Parts: sequence; structure tokens; C-alpha cells
Amino acid sequence: MDLTLKVWRQDNAKAKGRFENYQIKNISPDSSFLEMIDELNEQLIQEDKEPVAFDHDCREGICGMCSLFINGRAHGPDEEITTCQLHMRKFKDGDTIVIEPWRANGFPVIKDLMVDRQAFDKILQSGGFISANTGNAPDANAIPIGKDKAEESMDAAACIGCGACVATCKNSSAMLFVSSKVSQLALLPQGKHEAVRRAKAMVDKMDELGFGHCTNTGACEVECPKGISLDHISRLNREFLLANLKP
Amino acid sequence: MSTTLNSKIPAGKVAEKWTKYKAEQNLVNPANKRKLDIIVVGTGLGGAAAAASLGELGFKVKNFCYSDSPRRAHSIAAQGGINAAKNYQNDGDSIYRLFYDTVKGGDYRAREANVYRLAEVSNDIIDQCVSQGVPFARDYGGYLDNRSFGGALVSRTFYARGQTGQQLLLGAYGSLNRQIAAGNVTMHVRTEMMDLVIVDGKARGIVTRDLVSGELNTHFGHAVVLATGGYGNVYFLSTNAMGSNGSAAVKAYKKGAVMANPAFVQIHPTCIPVHGESQSKLTLMSESLRNDGRIWVPSEKEDAEKIRKGQLKPTDLPEEKRDYYLERRYPAFGNLVPRDVASRAAKERCDAGFGVGTGQAVYLDFKHAIERLGQSTIKARYGNLFQMYEKIVDENPYETPMMIYPAIHYTMGGTWVDYELQTSIPGLFSIGEANFSDHGANRLGASALMQGLADGYFVLPFTIQNYLADQIGVARMNPDEVLEFKKVKEDTKALIDKLFAIKGKRSVDSFHKELGLIMWDHVGMGRTAEGLKEGIVKIKKLREEFWKDVRIPGRDDMINPELEKACRLADFLELGELMAQDALHRNESCGGHFREEYKTPEGEALRDDENFMYVAAWEYQGTEKPAKLNKESLNYEAIEVKTRNYK
Repeated sequence: MDLTLKVWRQDNAKAKGRFENYQIKNISPDSSFLEMIDELNEQLIQEDKEPVAFDHDCREGICGMCSLFINGRAHGPDEEITTCQLHMRKFKDGDTIVIEPWRANGFPVIKDLMVDRQAFDKILQSGGFISANTGNAPDANAIPIGKDKAEESMDAAACIGCGACVATCKNSSAMLFVSSKVSQLALLPQGKHEAVRRAKAMVDKMDELGFGHCTNTGACEVECPKGISLDHISRLNREFLLANLKP
Repeated sequence: MSTTLNSKIPAGKVAEKWTKYKAEQNLVNPANKRKLDIIVVGTGLGGAAAAASLGELGFKVKNFCYSDSPRRAHSIAAQGGINAAKNYQNDGDSIYRLFYDTVKGGDYRAREANVYRLAEVSNDIIDQCVSQGVPFARDYGGYLDNRSFGGALVSRTFYARGQTGQQLLLGAYGSLNRQIAAGNVTMHVRTEMMDLVIVDGKARGIVTRDLVSGELNTHFGHAVVLATGGYGNVYFLSTNAMGSNGSAAVKAYKKGAVMANPAFVQIHPTCIPVHGESQSKLTLMSESLRNDGRIWVPSEKEDAEKIRKGQLKPTDLPEEKRDYYLERRYPAFGNLVPRDVASRAAKERCDAGFGVGTGQAVYLDFKHAIERLGQSTIKARYGNLFQMYEKIVDENPYETPMMIYPAIHYTMGGTWVDYELQTSIPGLFSIGEANFSDHGANRLGASALMQGLADGYFVLPFTIQNYLADQIGVARMNPDEVLEFKKVKEDTKALIDKLFAIKGKRSVDSFHKELGLIMWDHVGMGRTAEGLKEGIVKIKKLREEFWKDVRIPGRDDMINPELEKACRLADFLELGELMAQDALHRNESCGGHFREEYKTPEGEALRDDENFMYVAAWEYQGTEKPAKLNKESLNYEAIEVKTRNYK
């Protein structure tokens, strides 16, 4: 297929960005979206131009490194996938495709389509863990955990930290991201001891780093590549309320 | 210079060595721990577990990763599970059995003492991960569930759906985050190790490049730990992440760390086949699928041909016209034979003309499992893998069998280490996939996660202290004032300048793809002396061309992925040759290393224990000179060496 690409180019974090148009030909519908960008870059190198910088690594939908707003949608026009899992068969010959980086206060653009997501690490450092030193643990079967609880916890734990929820939210809120970790750990007996403190620390850090508030539009849930549910935000709100009742 | 390899295996019975070692080794007292700096390169299971555990002990840790977050490390992509000898299923498992299966699975080319220790600490790993909140699969009673993996007759694999690596890594990353917040670990993201610094014969630090600003920096450590993963991307197409590379291992090798068994590469039998020339990587379909999926090709060539031409659908082919070749050849283990055996069997069928798809694919069929268990059970077990398959191939695996083909997945070879996980350079340690020690010539499924976490949580934090106990008198160095640091930094700058100065015509990827094809054709699943020699000539020639004709756009003081790729490829171009050299010298077939000249009349791998029961540890002599061979002989005291038999 032959395509027109409208790609966001920006030299570095301080520079002003702009869209540039590129024509690309003979793309196989079986190629992944990122393989299509690889081909664009090969073409740019041959033309002695600078290739487009974008984040990617595992290319199988799990590392959370790839991002991209494609035709106005986080991770492009398909459900429950990351950009690296998007295939060109989802587009038509002759299409124009607009490719932009994540846009959110918490995620400044550092070059072209790459953004800085260290804010997510900082939120997790504020409390997104169970304080268990290596070597402390009792036998793994010492505390049985009901299958349903374990499964629900796993649903929340599936978050890959890509940031699509933030990028797609009109308030740039990180509530779905924060709630997935709070919920995963609060559902498990070993995570309960710190649950209230954890929720408060993480929400405070999220606010401090410039992410917006949640107004329950549900846009995040729609674009989450791992299908993480809004229910986790309700659980987070519950934990957060408890935290504020018990100063 | 000659390297003497002392594996430092403690005396005594294999089951008592680790206990004895821990009782007798030197430790560092708490007040001294905070005076000692440890550099950990990499944040996968090994690196994150080590950095977190060392931080908890009170050491000052500097941790590095090339991604934007430690959570991106490629351990995250491991799907199927992690082995442990818990025997929760009451099916006859034990530490000894896990040890035995691992040594046998590795075709008797692993170091016995290390493997026993691995099996011994496997149970602690599961306990540790559960305490961190890893949501492993459970049964209705609330107890942990297990599944089976290749090369074992018991169910000892713990799992979290098809995302076990992700959950284990996020557990380790949680502990790491806690130590970052506590100030014990300093995290450097988007930072790549460019070289190793040695002062007075000891590893004392690294030179890094800040991948955002392009700045070169030096970092001091009383010890340096490489947790940098495997080098499977030398083949270009592999299941590794795009950025996974062998540069840290190559840099250490060129500074004197010997490289062990580089030819031992694992080719995973169940990956999604190649779609075309623009393919950038291969996607694994977890080995756990072989619990319920059955592998077959048409038993008649005419049917295979019709399927390839699209004139016949696999679902139309009656049972009697299907060849379940693994069940036929290996009735005892069937579809759950080890990876090397399954991969070679698939290649054999495809080479003989029975392949489907492009001809380079076989079927993995769930029809019988769905009939037996129902679609909802299969969905609960493998739903995310089926979804992943459908997105890539655009076919519904609940309705039509999956197509799979072997792909490069894991490297058993790596930096040589002794029992303490120390390389042949004092003060330089190597853990996880980056070292060579535990899997011999073939790794069993669900054992990579086990080894990464064993090394990181339970082995290195002890053994490194035996070295550091002697280093407490060494004051922290300011690298800006130490000649050796300045020199290595200048060398790195010179290398980058040299790459930019070439101003050639070809992109880095075009060279990398060419190297990958040479490696796949000559150092792949079926190797011959002639083919390997030819491969070496081709690699040398390609390396020459690379240094004459590569084009790196942009500058070095900015984000420049082409420069990053070029630096990694320069090292792959040396490593590829070393792999071929190792494969050529090993005149036997064992595990993943299959030499066509050495096989039984039935086509099975034929080992030569008399001449090759050793670790080949290669010593650098200069890029254009053949490496020097050092040998560590392997002595099996607890296990009787046999021919592997999965029939």
C-alpha cells in the first residue's frame, strides 16, 4: 500500500515542533505499524535526512515502551493493543496517517515522537510496592488467596505503564495507572498492611507531578491496551478516602 | 597472557556445597556496606533483583538501563512461567529432580554445582515473589497452581497467565523502587554502558552514554555487575527486544573476561513465522501452549503443497492424514520434548517438504483440547496468547490451527563466571542470561526466570561480599581524576567519532539484517564445518564493509537511535565470528548446538563426551586474530552422564 504520513517532528525538549509530510510506498499489509516506520526511516537515511525518533523495544505488546497517537487515538485504530501490535491491514491504500507523540503535562516530548515518562516511576517509588525484604518471606502457600481475588488482582497488575490512559484523558489524569497498582496490592492479604498509606502517597505524588484529576469520563478504559477497568479507580477512591479519614 | 580458570566450586557433596559456602564465606559488616559502591548494569530480573537486594543490605548501588524505565527490560516479555521444586502437586518433584532435569536438559554441558544451587534456591524465589504481591495463578482452594513445561515429567511451573515474566519483573521493580526511594539505589535511565574500566587489574567502573544528551560519563564502583541479558539479536530476527544487545559482554570480553560457549544458542520451537522482508522481530508463542496444543504437519507432501497454495484448509484434513511427528518420534514426552529437540524436528519436516504456510511453518492445533476442555478453559489458560496471535496473523486460533516455526530466543552461552558468579576479571560479576553457567547446551522452559531471580535475589548478594570483604580499605575514587577512567572515556569518544566519520551509504539495519542472515544460514539450527568456515569469511567481509560504508545521520550530542544501533552492531559483528569459531571447534552435537556431521542414524544429536565435556572459554586476542581457547572440564559427581532420551 502507498501512504501519506503526517509526522510530528521536534528536535528536543526545548525546540518548537511541527508536522512534516512523507510519502511512503509498497508497504505490506502484514507489516506492523512500527515496521512501517522502520521503512520510512530507511528511506529518510537514504535521502540523507534524519530518521524519526520513536520509543519501542519488545515489539510484542508487553514492555510498554511504544506509544504514539495515531489518527487521534492512543495506540491507533484497534482495541486492546499497543502500537507495536497494530498492523497495516487496519489501513487502506492511499490513506493519510497522522502520527503524534503522547501529549500531557506529565510527559514532556524529548524528541519527535518520544516522551519522558519518568513521572510514572516516581509515582511508583512513592509507595507502589509491598515492603518485603529479600529473604523474609514465609512459604508461598502459607496464606491461601481465593482464586477470584487472585484473578482480579492479576487483571489490575496487567498494566504495562505505557501512559495511553494519561495521553487520552482530557485532564491528563494518571488515575487508571495509579489505581491499577493500588488495586492489585490492596486485593492481596500481603498488600493490605500498607494499602491506605500506599493510596495516599501515590495520589499525592501524582498531584505533585502535574497530572490532572479524574472526572470519570472513562476514556482511559477505552484506550487501555490491557483492558484495565474503571472499577479499580473506585477501589482507589475508597482507599484514598480511608487514608484521609485516618490522618 | 594466559587465563587460568578456577571455578571455585566448594568441596563436599553437591547437596551440601551451597550451605557450606554460605557458612564459610566472608561477609561485610553493616557499617562498611554503606562505604561500598556497586554498579549494576541492567534492570531485568537479574539486575533489578540484585540492585534491590544489595540496596536492602545497605550497599550503595548505581543501576543503569537503556530504556526510559527499569520496567521495560526484556524479562518482561517472558510468558509461560517459572520453575521451582516445591512439589505442591505431590507428583514426585524434589530439588534433586529439578537439578537432574536441568543438567539432562542442558545435555550435560552445565556445571553441576551451580545447577544444584539453582534448584535449591528455586523455592525461596516463589516465596519471595508471593510476598511482593505477584499474582500467581491459584486454584479454587486458594493455593498456587502449576503447569508443565518441556523436558519434565512433573508440573513445577508457576505462572501468572501468559505474563509471568511481566509479573515477576514488576515484583522486582517494586522492590527496586522502594530502594530508590530509600536512597540506596541511584537509578540511571536512558543510559547505556559503553565500556568497562579496569584499575590495577580490577573492574572499577564503567563509561556510559546519556542517550538523551549524548554526554559521556564515568562511574566508579568497588565492583561491577553485568545483568545485561543475552545476545540473540546477533541474528537480527529473534524474540529479543529491539534494543537487547551483547555489547556489555563484548566490552568485558575485550578487556579480558573470557566468553564461554558462545555457540550455545536456543532456538525456540513455537514462534510466529516470518511474514516478509520488513519483519523486524519475531514473536514467541509460549511453550506452555504445548501442554494442550498438538504439533503436526500433513503426512503427505501433496497435501502440504495444496495447503501452501491455499487449495486446502488444515481443518479439512482428516486425522489419518496428519503426522503428529513429536508424538510419533518421542512417545514418552510427546509435544513436551525440550526446545532444541522440538525445533530440529520442525526444521526436519519443513526441509523434507512437509511445511505449511510459506513452507517454513508447522501447525500447533488446539482442536482436541477445545473438544476435551471447552473453549472457555482454553481461553482462561491462554487467552492473551491467542489474542496476540490473532492480531499478528489475522487468523482465529480457536477455529484454525496456529502456524509456528522455530526462532532464536535465548543464549545459553555468555560471560564465563565461577561459582561466585565472578568473571575472569576480579570485581566483575555476571548474572542471569548474561552468564553461561546453568543451562549447558540447552535451557529448559521456565528456567530463565528462575535463574535470573536466583542470581539476583539469593546468590550474588552473598557471593559478592566474599570479594567486597577485601575491598573495604579501598576509598571511593573520583573518576574524573583517575587516568584509567579518562582513557576509556577518550576511547569511547574516539569510537563514536570514527563511526560518524565514515559517512557511507548503507543504514545500520541493512548491515544488521545481512549479518542476521549469515548467522541464521551458517550458525543456525543445523551447522557444518564447511558452512561455519564460510560464515566466518562472510562475517569478516561484512565487518570490513560496515567500517567503510555505514551511514550515521545526525550528531552525537542528541537522541540518536542510529548511533546506538551502530555501536551495538559493531560488537555483534565481532561476537558473531566468535560464535562461529566456537561452533566450528566443537566437533559434536549437544543441545542447541547441532552439527550435521555428528548425529545418530535416527538423526538425534550425538555428543562426544570423551573429547568435549568441557566449557569452551574464549580469550580475546585482538579483533582480527582468532580467540584463544581455555577449557574448564566438567565433572559430574552426583549425576550419571547418559545419552538424552525423550522417547
